[in-house]
Amino acid sequence: MSAETTSAVGPVEGASLYDVDNPAPLIEPPRKRTKKSPKTTRTNFELYGWLFMRLSGIVLVVLVLGHLLIQLVLDGGVSKIGFAFVAGRWASPFWQTWDLVMLWLAMLHGANGLRTVINDYAERPTTRFWLKNLLYTATVFTVLLGTLVIFTFDPNIR
Amino acid sequence: MPAGTLYRGREGMWSWVAHRVTGVLIFFFLFVHVLDTALVRVSPEAYDDVVATYKTPLVALLEYGLVAAILFHALNGLRVVAVDFWSKGTRYQKQMLWTVMGIWIVLMAGALYPVLGHAVREVFGS
Repeated sequence: MSAETTSAVGPVEGASLYDVDNPAPLIEPPRKRTKKSPKTTRTNFELYGWLFMRLSGIVLVVLVLGHLLIQLVLDGGVSKIGFAFVAGRWASPFWQTWDLVMLWLAMLHGANGLRTVINDYAERPTTRFWLKNLLYTATVFTVLLGTLVIFTFDPNIR
Repeated sequence: MPAGTLYRGREGMWSWVAHRVTGVLIFFFLFVHVLDTALVRVSPEAYDDVVATYKTPLVALLEYGLVAAILFHALNGLRVVAVDFWSKGTRYQKQMLWTVMGIWIVLMAGALYPVLGHAVREVFGS
């Protein structure tokens, strides 16, 4: 476009339609929230969920691969596992903490992943509702059970 | 259509599908795994009985499958992080997937003897 081209926006023609005695009508912004509009449900939950998946994922790579190495590879692999082996490991606060953090991160990471899968494939609202209900119930139950087991483990149970 | 611009059906989509499938499988395993570990609060015998089934050849094969799923999910997850946070991530997503698959094959070969060795000895004797 050259400099000589006249502007598409011409000078305002005539006097203003409005003045102090005849003010312009007040136009409300289209999406302005008023007392009548429903309470906002917009939060950054999905952003934090997305970030959590990546951060917990990186930590879980270390925790889970370390866990697999100890349980399935080193020192005879799965053959050595038994009550005595568990008792030996949970005698140390380090491995208790390791397992506790791994339990919580893995369960929340998995639950959020499955929530995404349900949102993607379950189309009917009632199906989504019940599947997510089941998911959250099972997740809370499993996290609490696992936490209880780690904290109340008794090597002299028998 | 220019070659290599179609996302659907190529490395990007299939790694996404595999990530979902392995993720769901691992999550279901995790439920069972917390439940079986909870048996240490019942009695040493109850726990040892269940763990004994984990030492059978058939379950060893399932364990190898679990290791396969976890290793893929872990390595591809790191690739997803790189795609999201590294400025050149999207440009190299294909190369990163093939790197993931390369490391996965090496680790799976390494896990072969530790995870399946005892099962092979039990099935074929000696």
